[in-house]
Amino acid sequence: MRHLMSPLDFSVDELNDLFDLAGDIEYDTAKYADACSGKILATCFYEPSTRTRLSFESAMQRLGGGVLGFADAGSSSAAKGESVADTIRMISCYADICAMRHHKEGAPLVAASNSSIPVINAGDGGHQHPTQTLTDLLTIRSLTGRLQNFTIGLCGDLKFGRTVHSLIYALMRYPGVDFIFISPEELRVPDYIAEGLRKSNIRYEEVIRLDEVMGRLDLLYMTRVQKERFFNEEDYVRLKDFYILDREKMEAAKDEVLILHPLPRVNEIAPEIDNDPRAAYFRQVKYGVYVRMALILSLLEIKV
Amino acid sequence: MLNVGRIKEGFVLDHIKAGQCLSLYHMLKLDQRNCTVAMILNVVSKKMGKKDILKVECGVDELNFDVLAFIDHKITVNVIKGEEIIDKMPLELPGEISGIIYCRNPRCITSIEQGLPHIFILADMDEQVYRCKYCEEKHEHR
Ligand SMILES: [Zn+2]
Repeated sequence: MRHLMSPLDFSVDELNDLFDLAGDIEYDTAKYADACSGKILATCFYEPSTRTRLSFESAMQRLGGGVLGFADAGSSSAAKGESVADTIRMISCYADICAMRHHKEGAPLVAASNSSIPVINAGDGGHQHPTQTLTDLLTIRSLTGRLQNFTIGLCGDLKFGRTVHSLIYALMRYPGVDFIFISPEELRVPDYIAEGLRKSNIRYEEVIRLDEVMGRLDLLYMTRVQKERFFNEEDYVRLKDFYILDREKMEAAKDEVLILHPLPRVNEIAPEIDNDPRAAYFRQVKYGVYVRMALILSLLEIKV
Repeated sequence: MLNVGRIKEGFVLDHIKAGQCLSLYHMLKLDQRNCTVAMILNVVSKKMGKKDILKVECGVDELNFDVLAFIDHKITVNVIKGEEIIDKMPLELPGEISGIIYCRNPRCITSIEQGLPHIFILADMDEQVYRCKYCEEKHEHR
């Protein structure tokens, strides 16, 4: 029995198989409509994340399976002080697979160690959020046809952004991926990640302004820059426009560039570019469902 | 070498960094046992300037070498039998240690889950980095 704790749990080959399956699901969704009939997914969300939970529930229901669970810690037995280990032992009796989100880092691993059903980490604090990374990879692969030989810009809060860190680690395993990190000085990629890139001889650059590099990007991954991350108001006001993607910046971009964002966005992408064919962040949501469908099938070892 | 009573069976731990002997004594949980222990502190050493030595009278399988290696794998372990050194045991960094050090990350599940052992995994052999099994936070102490 396998679990998914980190995006690196699967080898590159295994990921390829998973993405092939997701591709087939996209191509012929109807074929999979009863694949999980009689199976139940438990969504154990100790902290609310409606978006991720709905994506999992949609995936299971599109596979013909059932869903049960809780949407925040207050409505679960955790509020009465039950341990994660005990909760998963109980959930193992109710369901066939579990997606767990927890504010404490490593909680899904504790669950996996005590579980008799596969556990998927649906986000644990600032630590990992592997299904987001799988979504990002599948979106890139599906829309560009490849997971190698491109220049990707990662823009915004690169210091605290968990999705950004996971994506960098995941992309490091593919050849010919160049990184351009676009962030204010205070929110640069952590040293240990830059160090890892240097050790693996992977090319990366760090710049302050998005408009400086826009024309060189094949992919642009946008994240939110939160005001409270800045040391002072002045810096925020001075810098914030560098990290807002609008029509003017898009003019300098390549015709085939893809704009990605883990969502929800606030103001870092101007709504005026939503209808630009290069804006892929809403299609990304769809790939999030396909990749979760493929993941559920693969962890349950169901072949269609 | 300074001689503080011979031991019949047990270990002489040599080349302990000066000042570390007492914490080693506690981390090896020797304070909870009944065996004869001799600590020799601030011994002049050609190699180290000053060093500590710890002699323990006990069975050969009674010391936790993972703990010892984790604390300092450069310590020399002399195995004593019949009052003689019969062997020197090389120390290797353990791949995993449980219940010796504690994760201090307040966001880690170990901070709230009852009965969960604190386990650290050797993440980088060269840099001797241990990370919490659950949150992957680096252990900062060495
Ligand atoms: Zn921890």
